[in-house]
Amino acid sequence: METDTITAISTPIGEGAIAIVRLSGPEAIGIANKLFDGKPLTEVESHTIHYGKIIEPSTNEVAEEVMVTVMKGPKTFTREDVVEINCHGGLVSVNRLLEIVLAQGARLAEPGEFTKRAFLNGRIDLSQAEAVMDLIRAKTDRAMNVALKQMDGRLSQLIQKLRQELLETVAHVEVNIDYPEYDDVEEMSHQMMISKTKEVYREIERLLEIAKQGKILREGLSTAIIGRPNVGKSSLMNALVHENKAIVTEIPGTTRDVIEEYVNVRGVPLRLVDTAGIRETEDIVERIGVEKSRQVLKESDLILLVLNNGEELTQEDLNLFKAVEGLEVVVIVNKTDLPQKIDIEKVKELAKDHSVITTALIEEKGIDDLEKAISDTFFEGDLDAGDLTYVSNVRHIQLLKQALQALSDAMDGMENQMPIDLVQIDVTRTWEILGEIIGDTVHDSLIDQLFSQFCLGK
Amino acid sequence: MTYDAGHYDVIVVGAGHAGCEAAIASARRGAKTLMLSMNLDMVAFMPCNPSVGGPAKGVVVREVDALGGVMGQVIDKTYIQMRMLNTGKGPAVRALRAQADKPLYIQEMKWMLENEENLTMRQGMVEKVIVEDGECKGVVTETKAAYYAKSVVITTGTFMRGRVIIGDLSYESGPNNQRASVSLSEHLEELGIELVRFKTGTPPRVNSHSIDYSKTEIQPGDENPQSFSYETTEIITDQIPCWLTYTNEFTHKVIDDNLSLSAMYSGMIKGTGPRYCPSIEDKVVRFHDKPRHQIFLEPEGRSTEEVYVQGLSTSLPEYVQKEMLQTIPGLENAEIMRAGYAIEYDAVVPTQLWPTLELKAVPGLFTAGQINGTSGYEEASGQGIMAGINAAAKALDVDSLILDRSQAYIGVMIDDLVTKGTNEPYRLLTSRAEYRLLLRHDNADLRLTEIGYKLGTIKQERYDRFTEKKQLIEQERKRLSKVILKPEAEVQEIIEEAGGTALKEAVKAADLLKRPEMKYELLEKITPAAIELPAGVKEQVEIQTKYQGYIDKSNQQVERMRKMENKKIPENIDYDAISGIATEAREKLKRVKPLSVGQASRISGVNPADVSILLVYIEQGNVSRVANQ
Repeated sequence: METDTITAISTPIGEGAIAIVRLSGPEAIGIANKLFDGKPLTEVESHTIHYGKIIEPSTNEVAEEVMVTVMKGPKTFTREDVVEINCHGGLVSVNRLLEIVLAQGARLAEPGEFTKRAFLNGRIDLSQAEAVMDLIRAKTDRAMNVALKQMDGRLSQLIQKLRQELLETVAHVEVNIDYPEYDDVEEMSHQMMISKTKEVYREIERLLEIAKQGKILREGLSTAIIGRPNVGKSSLMNALVHENKAIVTEIPGTTRDVIEEYVNVRGVPLRLVDTAGIRETEDIVERIGVEKSRQVLKESDLILLVLNNGEELTQEDLNLFKAVEGLEVVVIVNKTDLPQKIDIEKVKELAKDHSVITTALIEEKGIDDLEKAISDTFFEGDLDAGDLTYVSNVRHIQLLKQALQALSDAMDGMENQMPIDLVQIDVTRTWEILGEIIGDTVHDSLIDQLFSQFCLGK
Repeated sequence: MTYDAGHYDVIVVGAGHAGCEAAIASARRGAKTLMLSMNLDMVAFMPCNPSVGGPAKGVVVREVDALGGVMGQVIDKTYIQMRMLNTGKGPAVRALRAQADKPLYIQEMKWMLENEENLTMRQGMVEKVIVEDGECKGVVTETKAAYYAKSVVITTGTFMRGRVIIGDLSYESGPNNQRASVSLSEHLEELGIELVRFKTGTPPRVNSHSIDYSKTEIQPGDENPQSFSYETTEIITDQIPCWLTYTNEFTHKVIDDNLSLSAMYSGMIKGTGPRYCPSIEDKVVRFHDKPRHQIFLEPEGRSTEEVYVQGLSTSLPEYVQKEMLQTIPGLENAEIMRAGYAIEYDAVVPTQLWPTLELKAVPGLFTAGQINGTSGYEEASGQGIMAGINAAAKALDVDSLILDRSQAYIGVMIDDLVTKGTNEPYRLLTSRAEYRLLLRHDNADLRLTEIGYKLGTIKQERYDRFTEKKQLIEQERKRLSKVILKPEAEVQEIIEEAGGTALKEAVKAADLLKRPEMKYELLEKITPAAIELPAGVKEQVEIQTKYQGYIDKSNQQVERMRKMENKKIPENIDYDAISGIATEAREKLKRVKPLSVGQASRISGVNPADVSILLVYIEQGNVSRVANQ
């Protein structure tokens, strides 16, 4: 019997209205229970299903509405305790759910591992054994191909660079240990070790930050267009869609059909979500009030606030500004084809740091400026669009997080004045984890490094 | 024609560092043992540097001692200098190293062997192994003496087809101009055993009287020398120093100018040399920017004036060696007594061995030491004791012993050798051990004495002493985890004196000991044990308490590893019948024949998917066995 708990998305990615994250192992129920706002899962009957919410423990925010099935071993597929969390289909929710589960101590399942466990625990009979082996081989090969494809050359280069730095640090410690009389190299001090590990720590943190943005990029920036009736929201949407050949996807099967339109604006994929107000039916603020609309708008990554150049600012406009305070906004003053009645200085003041763009959508004017403003909003700092795609795979992110944890253990050790050769255990571990990302875990490279970096021997 | 020269349980061929431990371990397990050496005056001879121990290697000496071996005891009686290395670092990497008195070491070891019950020593050059029905039954010497035994251990070091090279001079020879063993090498090949050609080297020796020590730096031994063996009670305090000098640009010029004459660079040497023990020409070529290299002058004993010039291993012609020495401060007038040389030799490709060190191809035939592709006296000794234990096990039909990677450096070394093989002479390094925090030199007895006792190589009396030590450690740790220290004035004073911050509230004594500045000897002042504890007990209590977090983490890793080690692979497994295993992995698995899934996963070229498939296949076998019953 295996002793760790594995998890994976067990439904085909991106297909279907419902996705399932499955856990198997001794901690399956415990982990699910920690995340679940609903009945205590540790106490419910086996083979029952429960409605509730998944809470992100780090923020205490509700992440998903779910149905959770609890099945206690041995009457399960793997003969271990199994939990299946059913959530809304679509990449965003299911990936987020998986990450939350992983953060609670489950391990990402290897390809075919559920089936393997089912077999090893005697669930699958003899005649299926051959098929199981073929499956493992096929799935592993496919996963490898996918992983390789997902791995951008730059990511692997960067990881290799970090690993090399760690390897040199470790080799330095090793040479101090194995050749204590070798005088050509300084004794590695805590100080040196701290500065070396901090550097790598920051880099890994940056990668994880990029990963977060990369995810947004992959899944689209959820974008809401808001404004009073008749300011030109439809025209804006149509303009973006026509300019950029929108991909319209329909995801049926949920309570109501949601229409999401994807447009790609200078490398930034926008997911124009069916937020209330996107169609020119009514003003969101008017309908549900400032506070409530804030709650709704907070879910968006980007808000396009549309004003009418031909009219003075109204109280409703001011309410909209209040509702989007602190969020990512581009302000669009539309209808410059009409005589200007709006107080543009006042608009700029209300917009604070956000861009204010003027357009005449009906005449197709100002769309370039708008697109530039959208892409500038997203690509802050020195990131370029290429950077953002490269840490995307959940496995990579998981390993990066582990690497960060190992490094932080090393730093704790240094703070507590632990001997350098003990601290080094965690540094070596970091090096190994990073190696898993690029598929290189050969232990001997340390010894190779030792003898190429230093002139050793009697 | 041969004559019947006698019948034994175990025959050990060779009396170097592997052979000595093999013979004694076998005899101590109760096997009637014969040791054959081509020259009984050269028992446990040190053909290279006169030192024993060092990082990783020193731990092996203690492991051998804890298993009932002798290297530790012999060096404790014969050292001229003892040093504890890495004292400024953590407990896992501290290591003892002794400078040996070479002639005395030989004498002492020979005396030990001569006085060992169950052990017979005889001079003789073995030419052949007797193989009947595919199994090893004994050996034949060049004098046609046939000795019969149930198992045989070959420990012939660098003697097999040995060839010494100095510049363009090359001749058949074992180390130090002893006879090479040619027939045995050929015979092993006939038996289908694959050999590989390795190379190693040694520096010149000079006369102490010709050294100007005033130009060198003194390297003294420790003020309070410690011993290797847990049984040693008498400490040698009269020590002899070593001396440190350096090569310089002139030395390097001599080497550069004569590089084409070095056997290493002229193409005379075909064997692979070790990277960790490069010749001086290698160092100068590979690290050309380095302005100087360290040279240690190490006396070879109390009764000789010969000095080993460590760091100057070379295969340059003798006259170039002389020129080279003349450029080095202190050695300007050095008189060479023996020239440095390179030696090439045959070694057995170690993946042909089971982890017991028995050859898969010839049941009953074991090999240990440098013949298995290692280098170093300690590596040889560690394999020797294991081969002795297991050869005796085979002969007497008792339990054999395989140490895993979490139990001993010996286990790490043998697992590396038989699982991965080696493409250069193999040396132990602390970085080869995944769990080196568990493989400390201070706890070798705690790790292995119990095992030695069960094997019979550790006697009752020693075992009783060990059990007492273990109990004292456990009791004291328990006590410290219960004693509560209140922030009283005298407690605070002791803590602050040690440079720590005063207690804010009451703490457990064990938690106070975990603070970086705390030592057991300080804690003892605050809360003394009921009786005065032996130093070894205090040391253990301190290390086990202070580093508990790291030790626990290592133990968790070991548990994960053990799970895979415990999944045994049936001996009769047919890898060709497993669909889905990659071709490269299949070939490697067929060759290495791993005993467990854990071992299989360490073979290079066997990837995780292959391991998964292997697991499923093995499980399938179990299922079908159940089904057939």
